[in-house]
Amino acid sequence: MADNPMPPMASEPPTPGTGPAEDFASGGSRIPAWGPWAVIAGTALVLAGFLSLIGFNIALLAVGTVLVSIFIVYLWARKAEGRRQGFDRAITLGIGSLFALAMVPLVSLLYTVVSEGLSRMDPEFFSSSMRNVIGEGGGVLHAAVGTLIITGLATIAAVPIGIMAAVYLHEYGKGRLKRWLTFFVDVMTGIPSIVAGLFAFALFALIFGPGIRLGVMGSVALTVLMIPIVVRSTEEMLRVVPDGLREASFALGVSKWRTVAKVVLPTAMAGIVTGVMLAIARVIGETAPLLITTGAFSSVNLNPFDGRMANLPVFTYTQYKFPGVPPEPFIERAWGAALVLIIIVMVLFLAARLVSRRYGIELRK
Amino acid sequence: MAATSAASAGGSVRSGGVAKRIDVKDLNIYYGSFLAVKDVTMTVQPNKVTALIGSSGCGKSTFLRSLNRMHELISGTRVEGSVTLDGQDIYAPAADPVRVRQQIGMVFQSPNPFPTMSIYDNTAAGLKLNSKRMKKEQMDNVVEKALRGAHLWDEVKDRLDKPGAGLSGGQQQRLCIARATAVEPDVLLMDEPCSALDPIATLAIEELIEELKRKYTIVIVTHNMQQAARASDITGFFNIVQSGDPGVLIELDSTEKIFSNPTLKETEDYVSGRFG
Repeated sequence: MADNPMPPMASEPPTPGTGPAEDFASGGSRIPAWGPWAVIAGTALVLAGFLSLIGFNIALLAVGTVLVSIFIVYLWARKAEGRRQGFDRAITLGIGSLFALAMVPLVSLLYTVVSEGLSRMDPEFFSSSMRNVIGEGGGVLHAAVGTLIITGLATIAAVPIGIMAAVYLHEYGKGRLKRWLTFFVDVMTGIPSIVAGLFAFALFALIFGPGIRLGVMGSVALTVLMIPIVVRSTEEMLRVVPDGLREASFALGVSKWRTVAKVVLPTAMAGIVTGVMLAIARVIGETAPLLITTGAFSSVNLNPFDGRMANLPVFTYTQYKFPGVPPEPFIERAWGAALVLIIIVMVLFLAARLVSRRYGIELRK
Repeated sequence: MAATSAASAGGSVRSGGVAKRIDVKDLNIYYGSFLAVKDVTMTVQPNKVTALIGSSGCGKSTFLRSLNRMHELISGTRVEGSVTLDGQDIYAPAADPVRVRQQIGMVFQSPNPFPTMSIYDNTAAGLKLNSKRMKKEQMDNVVEKALRGAHLWDEVKDRLDKPGAGLSGGQQQRLCIARATAVEPDVLLMDEPCSALDPIATLAIEELIEELKRKYTIVIVTHNMQQAARASDITGFFNIVQSGDPGVLIELDSTEKIFSNPTLKETEDYVSGRFG
């Protein structure tokens, strides 16, 4: 083309399939997988050394390490891999740090409870109550049994009501009644637990007088707290059941209530059970309502309709708040009871996952 | 009239089970105030396969569902006009949609066996869900007969207690057909039963339909013109002029005529692929 100073006016379009090759690569080499970690470690060391001179402060170390590491990783990745990757890595580092930050209280809590409560994980703790115990010794048998009875009664009351309300709302409800019911369930999910406790207290006080303390009062309070949770999660599970199944049943000439009872509910059952277990885990540790309804008691009481009944959250509270002299055995018992409560909640969560995995039906295609 | 199946060996479900005809007169179907299907008058012949064809959104599924009152599941729908099953008005004020659907069954586009039930229970679902008391032997006969009728017996007879969802797509659809026929309805409606299936499974179902029409009246909605040409005796062509208009039945005639020498130009344009 050297002897054609001017390009032709109407040049032909290039032949398809022969254009210049695009270069999709946007940078040079990738930074190694251990790269960001090395940066974090290095920065932390340097900062720690620096801070030990001017006054060590763990918060400053953590924040400083994160910020400086993000900056360094950004520059490094941008140079090695390209602008977009640099930004990507920096953000990843930032989000990872925030996650680690969120985990700190959880890990700290678990560590504290386990380490403090471990000292009382002995057979006596699980086989005796506080009957006739003044200082050392004693156990949580009465409190554990009480928690099981109170929460058990609440579950027996809340689950049928909750499931049937959810079935109504999802399968039958329409118009104003449905809207009002949904609204009230939403309000109920926000009721503070102490208010539920006051409700139960007031209800029984009106009938029996203000001094009344019963295990079943605690159950009433917990029922009020559980119902909206069960309704919401059951509704969600019913929503997941595909409409195609309902249609198939109707097309066979099966009435609506039979369809709900024999097709929809069994299909949703694993999810509903999981939801119930999670609701139990939620309310089992509520302290405030039980404090004013069930009171505290030192012996095992198996009758929820007769007098005070001990339970784990209130027991933990009273042992910690009103220790005797010396206070150590009381504090130890408090931590032990807290640990037992956490273990029960964890077992419930694990059982819920197992049920869901084993019996759950893959409903999403 | 087709020979009644009630006289056959044990396992008969109803004293009827005779293929019936459906007469539709001046049917208009509304979604709220929107007219979806307009002024349909036609007869569904007993022991024949009637195919309904037409492009998307022209009301054929809506019309099909109105034949067993399934459209009522959507709130706000209503019909004007009449639909009668061998003379019985299915929309009479005293008519119970549940009982109507026991006589007019339906198979859907996506196979939907009940996931919590075994193959046996799925087939017997029409009976079990309605708590029909039956000796085990009798029910076994019903299930076997239905599964044989759906060409599925040989494939599942050794695993009747396994979950219904563990079958292939074509097998699931045959299970749904077995489920629908186990209650021996008078009419079987099929809403694009092969859309979700591969060609081999589709062929199996079409062969099945050919056999089923000896006992049942069948109406099938299909997107696939070639399927209508292969599998049906009578074809009805639905169309709409433009979106928002109600669907209307343009032409209804024997399948052979519709596909070779239709009366109306609109029909000819559709079946020859000029639009749709």
